[in-house]
Amino acid sequence: MADAANYKAIGTRPIRPDGIEKVTGRANFGADLNLPDMLHGKVLRSPHAHARIKRIDLSKALAVDGVYAAVSSADFPQEVTSSLSINILARDKALYHGHAIAAVAARTPRIAEEAIELIEVEYEVLAPVLSLDEAMQENATLVNEHLRTNDEESAPPSNIASTQKFERGDVQKGFDEADVIVEEAFRVPSAHQGYIEPHACVATSNPGGRVTIWCTTQGPFEVRSATAGVLAKTVSDIKVIPSEIGGGFGGKTVVYLEPVAVRLSELTGKPVKMVMNREEVFRATGPASATLCKIKVGATKDGRITAAQAWLAYEAGAFPGSPVGPGAMSVFAPYDLENFLVEGYDVLVNKPKVAAYRAPGAPQSMHAMECAIDELAQRLDMDPIDLRLKNAAKEGTVAPYGPKFPPIGLVKCLEAAKRHPNYATKPEEGVGRGVAVGFWFNIGMQSSAEVCVAEDGAVSIMEGSPDIGGSRASMCLMAAETLGVPYETINAHVGDTESTGFCNLTGGSRTTFATGLAVVKACEDVIAQCKARAALTWELDVDQVEWQDGRAVPKPGVNIDVDPLSLAEIAKTMSRTGGPLLGRASLNAQGAGACFSVNWTDVIIDRETGKVDVKAFTAVQDAGRAIHPAYVEGQMQGGAVQGLGWALNEEYIYDGNGVVENASFLDYRVPVASDMPMIDCEIIEVPNPSHPYGVRGVGETPIVAPLAATSNAVRDVLGFRINDLPLSPPNVLAAIDAAE
Amino acid sequence: MSNFGYVAPTTVEETLSVLKRATDQGQRAQILAGGTDVIVQMRSVDNSHRLFVDIKALRETNEVLIEEEQVYIGAAIPSGVLNENATLKTLLPGLLESADLIGSTQIQGRASIGGNLCNSSPAGDTIPALIANAAICVIATSEGIRTVPVENFVTGVGRNCLVGNEFLLGFQIPRPSTGTGDAYLRFIPRTEMDIAVVGAAVAVTLGQDGICSHARVAIGAVAPTPLLVDAAGVALVDTPVDEEALRRAAQICSDASQPITDKRGTIEYRRKVVGVLCRRAGAIARDRALSNQ
Ligand SMILES: Cc1cc2nc3c(=O)[nH]c(=O)nc-3n(C[C@H](O)[C@H](O)[C@H](O)COP(=O)(O)OP(=O)(O)OC[C@H]3O[C@@H](n4cnc5c(N)ncnc54)[C@H](O)[C@@H]3O)c2cc1C
Repeated sequence: MADAANYKAIGTRPIRPDGIEKVTGRANFGADLNLPDMLHGKVLRSPHAHARIKRIDLSKALAVDGVYAAVSSADFPQEVTSSLSINILARDKALYHGHAIAAVAARTPRIAEEAIELIEVEYEVLAPVLSLDEAMQENATLVNEHLRTNDEESAPPSNIASTQKFERGDVQKGFDEADVIVEEAFRVPSAHQGYIEPHACVATSNPGGRVTIWCTTQGPFEVRSATAGVLAKTVSDIKVIPSEIGGGFGGKTVVYLEPVAVRLSELTGKPVKMVMNREEVFRATGPASATLCKIKVGATKDGRITAAQAWLAYEAGAFPGSPVGPGAMSVFAPYDLENFLVEGYDVLVNKPKVAAYRAPGAPQSMHAMECAIDELAQRLDMDPIDLRLKNAAKEGTVAPYGPKFPPIGLVKCLEAAKRHPNYATKPEEGVGRGVAVGFWFNIGMQSSAEVCVAEDGAVSIMEGSPDIGGSRASMCLMAAETLGVPYETINAHVGDTESTGFCNLTGGSRTTFATGLAVVKACEDVIAQCKARAALTWELDVDQVEWQDGRAVPKPGVNIDVDPLSLAEIAKTMSRTGGPLLGRASLNAQGAGACFSVNWTDVIIDRETGKVDVKAFTAVQDAGRAIHPAYVEGQMQGGAVQGLGWALNEEYIYDGNGVVENASFLDYRVPVASDMPMIDCEIIEVPNPSHPYGVRGVGETPIVAPLAATSNAVRDVLGFRINDLPLSPPNVLAAIDAAE
Repeated sequence: MSNFGYVAPTTVEETLSVLKRATDQGQRAQILAGGTDVIVQMRSVDNSHRLFVDIKALRETNEVLIEEEQVYIGAAIPSGVLNENATLKTLLPGLLESADLIGSTQIQGRASIGGNLCNSSPAGDTIPALIANAAICVIATSEGIRTVPVENFVTGVGRNCLVGNEFLLGFQIPRPSTGTGDAYLRFIPRTEMDIAVVGAAVAVTLGQDGICSHARVAIGAVAPTPLLVDAAGVALVDTPVDEEALRRAAQICSDASQPITDKRGTIEYRRKVVGVLCRRAGAIARDRALSNQ
């Protein structure tokens, strides 16, 4: 491989192959497909956060003219008892307000809407469990009477689905050695992923039992297996065709509508379309866990951390499975610690089942830790970056979660932050600054890619990763670099579950790393074939030919006088040299490099209204290698804005009965463009040795640090800390008033 | 959303008779101005069948008349159009700013102050500014025109004093005299595309000596209806509208507010911030009055 300085394609910023379709409104998203004779499905949702379902009578809905079918969970395989299946349609209990109860398919969306109102459901309303504190009490009302902590049969039923604990060294000894100890508790509310495109699908089942699903998803292969699971089918009964996707951020890694649409199609023999409205998206999908995180951290006078302890409780929603695991594994990841103890609790409450959201689990726990570190810096009178540098994890550090770190970029990011003009310039009077570190593990997993070369030398890539952040452009750039041909001659396509090899979902920041690796290997396969074709043409051995700048040439020293053969030239004659050129690769990628960042927020506060305004925000992040720097910056900026929204105004507001009161974008306040300053980005490149071009995932880390960076900035202005998020005007004003 | 009829009469008489015919036939009729409330509500609240009577084709709802004694502003003029009127902007900067806060550029191509008032939300942004400027509603009825001061127009959340087939034609506003200035401020957690958590409007007239001879203060989003706070105005009269007088007026506003705790703010928050906004809006109104001598 060429070294970084000689890259021709990698590191450039061409426009994306899907750009024109999107900006001209031609791209098809989840709700854009319509089929002849298609029906429209609509879901009836629980008006109670917790209720026993005594009876569901669909007959009045079925009697409506234009209604073709109505289903409840009774119409699904009862032997399947997964959380997923019970989340899709409630069984004996409604477990949260908005939990799906029944569904109908009708000629028009309007008839379907009217018909669901006629479904009779008899509920026995139960007291809902709405907070971690309530849920973890000994005699708490139970969300699930059959759930025992860690599946221990001898234990009494509990809302605590699982616990975890891991430790190193001796925390007591560490705290004894400390000169300063910070101990604080922090709450972070639930936040929704806030993707602009609601969930949508069309499903059709043919009389032979073959099912086709078109949907908006981060993972068509996972939609296939999840839907097959709920319907007790086998994956090969189902074909899933992903549409363009209008945001996911982790929220489109699960299914809600697809199995229901399939069942309705099976019953009616017609295609069924289901589209959520925004209110349904808020009430029944996502969100990220609300959490309570307690942190204790001690250090010597010179800033060496001697011990750290975390107690983390995460709301899972109505079913087990909060990201407390990754939250616990990431909480201390940036630090080289001798002594630590982490305890985590996965806790059921009568709220929607949480879903992944960018670096799932890390923003909450790391908010707590990064606030505590800031507090430590205050008490030690140290620069917050210096304190972190003193304790930073580096190559060779044994990560708190187990492995020894390969080359990582934390120290470089911290050093770059210190040098950055935005950090070197001290904030003006009245402006507060807060620093925090972000981290995410990143994952590899399975990917496939096929690369075909057309007769004119144009290259098309088929892969299976839905493109959320510009990944098709990155695939084309890596292919251009590997093959040595211009970016413009390459196109990338996201296939369906039957047109490309298996591919895990777009998530875990894995796509550019793992699918990218498959694309590079598939291109190398094409190169090998091209060399063989050239060798055939020149009557040489294949190992006498090499690939240079997009052309086959005889190796130095091979005594033959021929012109190099370009990819296009080889393609032109391929029918005579062995037929079509098609490279392929499939793999289970190992060694996704961890990604670190350093962020700082500058804020001002209106002390009379409690409003926090972000004046400046800077993100420094290790990308390993930025294949398409503009899209790396896009990830950094998008994640920063989502993190700032979570820090400032985003939260679920529940009434006493467990009903979300702000299930709309009017009152669930994501930032609008005019709320945000320019998010300044500096990309650091510490190549990942497990990828031919050094790629690390960059998509998730950016959301982690803004929460604590903003909290720390608010502390800098006020002189005291507000531990809980969001830092919304009423909360900030109340804290100011209380402090006066 | 196909469940509606639509007519666009061109005279007041025709409008009244269309409305009467609909009522006589037991049909629901609803006035349509910019539709930026109505169309959203059809999706979110109630999409039952109705006849939309579009009043944008009437002269009376579309004209601006600037006379010696008073200013007339048609009820259906979009905020974007109002804000292009340079004379109005100098005469009533606070009122125009309140209209300019509604939604976004796209929304302002349609959203009218008549619609904002008739929607009768406690948080309607133009209502406190209309009240502070002593605006009077000009209402078309089958018996002719009747007038109602804006502060008496809204009677409850989403309710107002229009009865039967009445509809709003426009607003008469006393032409601000020399030495008058107005201002409106609202609080939202974001910078735009949000609903006022609290709003306050102040209009003051200062004499040559810088002493206030006349003042009106109105507050929004802190009670079931926007409120005229007489006592806050009184507290400013005979003062130079200085910090001390403004603090008194602010306290009176806080005391006069009857806020609720909801997803947009708490009682304590709204009570406090309505005073803050009254003080800040008062200072802006005073400075405008001083530069307008
Ligand atoms: C994205 C968005 C943002 C918004 N932001 C704001 C904001 O920041 N501040 C704010 O105050 N509002 C806001 N609104 C609400 C709305 O835009 C305003 O209330 C606007 O002024 C309504 O005017 P309209 O002409 O569109 O009214 P319409 O929707 O046409 O009418 C509103 C109501 O008044 C009635 N009506 C209208 N005109 C008359 C009349 N002449 N006589 C009798 N009845 C009448 C209608 O029947 C209807 O009930 C926003 C709306 C949207 C969609």
